[in-house]
Amino acid sequence: MIQLGQYVVGGLATGSLYALVALGIVLLYRSSRVLNFAHGDVATLATFVAFTLLGRAVPFAAAVAAGLLAAAALGAAFFFFVLRPAREASLLGKIVITLGLALVLSGVMLITWGADTQVFPFPLSDTRVYRLGGVVVSEMSVGTIGAGLVLMGLMYGLVQRTTLGLAMRAVAQDTVAAQALGIPARRIHALTWGLASALGGAAGVLLAPVVYLDPYMMLDPFLKGFAAAVLGGIDSLPGAVVGGFILGIAESVFAGYVSFKFKTTLAFAIIILVLMVRPEGLLGREYHRRV
Amino acid sequence: MARTLVERYEDDLYLVKGPAAWTAVVALLAGLGVLPFLLPRLGMAYLLFIAVLASANVIVAVGLNLLVGYAGLISLGHAGFVAIGAYASGLLAARLGAPWPAAWVGAAAVSAAFGFLVGLPALRLTGPYLTIATLGFGIAVYQVLTNWTELSGGRGGLPVPALALGIEGMSAIQQLALVAIATAVALCWIAYNLARSHVGRALAAIRDSDIAAEVTGVSLTWYKTLAFAISAAYAGVAGAIVAQALRHLEPQAFTFLESITYFAMIVVGGLGTVTGGIIGALLLTLIPHYLSGVKQWLPIAYGAVIIAMMLFEPQGLYGRWLRIRRYFKAWPL
Repeated sequence: MIQLGQYVVGGLATGSLYALVALGIVLLYRSSRVLNFAHGDVATLATFVAFTLLGRAVPFAAAVAAGLLAAAALGAAFFFFVLRPAREASLLGKIVITLGLALVLSGVMLITWGADTQVFPFPLSDTRVYRLGGVVVSEMSVGTIGAGLVLMGLMYGLVQRTTLGLAMRAVAQDTVAAQALGIPARRIHALTWGLASALGGAAGVLLAPVVYLDPYMMLDPFLKGFAAAVLGGIDSLPGAVVGGFILGIAESVFAGYVSFKFKTTLAFAIIILVLMVRPEGLLGREYHRRV
Repeated sequence: MARTLVERYEDDLYLVKGPAAWTAVVALLAGLGVLPFLLPRLGMAYLLFIAVLASANVIVAVGLNLLVGYAGLISLGHAGFVAIGAYASGLLAARLGAPWPAAWVGAAAVSAAFGFLVGLPALRLTGPYLTIATLGFGIAVYQVLTNWTELSGGRGGLPVPALALGIEGMSAIQQLALVAIATAVALCWIAYNLARSHVGRALAAIRDSDIAAEVTGVSLTWYKTLAFAISAAYAGVAGAIVAQALRHLEPQAFTFLESITYFAMIVVGGLGTVTGGIIGALLLTLIPHYLSGVKQWLPIAYGAVIIAMMLFEPQGLYGRWLRIRRYFKAWPL
């Protein structure tokens, strides 16, 4: 039982990372119907920016904030300069464009920071642990889960409780109608891109101390976050969170009891099975297409 | 330019129309046939290996284009099918001692079976959901191969016996290049035939609107799984060629990055045309080879080219060529 608790706590920590990544992906999909394959690379770039600033003795909070801002600026710029000119492109075309951005970004990071792994300094320790009735929790996991929950709460507040969130939801539902009502759709889109990229950046900063920092650091978490978003329903923000935690916990329990090596395979097997039963994901709304 | 009036449907179906086109095709085929013999004479024997890889990539790209460009079904896991083909042919040849034609056909069959399986969820999934399902498939194949060491030979890799035609005076790579090019030509010819016949029209109808296609009598179940199976069979044959070229299989040769590269090929060449797939595959095989001195810039160049193509030439290079040709047909009007 204690063993199971241990795996679940481990799963919660990775799950909150997946949920953060998934939230960003869902935000973008809802607002501009784009699957952003560059999401992970934007996040890694944010982490690298923070890492470089930390190396120049910038305080931790300022460095991370600068990293997230850089990601946000990049996301918004990508929307304005690439995606908007290509707004006629099909879903496939947009996927291809973001794949192109992902290649460019990972190439830039390879040249700028090299392929070597770096140690990302973090104020929380991975080895200092707390005990909760036999279950060992590291300070880092507590920090990750806490930061994840706080960011998700902030997102919820922003989207559901503010005028800006209302505008974001309106634009996501029907851009033309929102524009007709005087909502500056372009700016809202750019803002959504910035917000989603910053969320991904936060996941990157939280992940970097656990794995080491290198240009391909976010590839696996991005794919899992993507999977989590699809699992929960790609147009549902609560679905992204639920999907992230389910995936994180399932993976951790499976790795503990069955096989560590095949945990990624399991993640995708779950998704394919869920999609065969519920093609719109767990919390996604079923929509009917017109011919 | 002389125009011929087409009076019968069968006449319109001819792939090669007119003596000029026939001359070009015959010249091209002769050139390709001579290539494996010519290259070593010119002191460019190292290009034989590139020719083999290019043939394999052409096969994958043409097959992927049937799926993505014609049927509109996204697959981001095509490296998985290539890997299955490579390992199936390798295992058949190395463990069971099958002769190479049998191993290649086996590779195509095994890969097609997996394509059929992946096609089943594709019946219900579209857009982002299908993307993640195929992407997951590609990663699952890679992971299984990495971790199931009895099957894949683990870190040591899986050695593949060399292909032998039994022709005196030809080096192993020459023979392989000959067979690979011939296979690529044959599979392209099949793809052209599929594309111009009722199969191609059914796939295009599904791409444009699957509900409308079903209403007009196209069986979605049959054609969607068929598209996946054919595409996977193409990838499987390409995998068998790659296995022969590398002679030593490791799962690292079939990662997510390969899947993206295959995708980039059909985007650059032109979605929904067989010729586009061929052009894209050739370019994205040859250019990296000649730019190997500036290797670290390659991903950036790839990415920028892909974005630029989608922004300015969504029809791909072949689409641009068609437009140029159309312009000059009416010239000087």
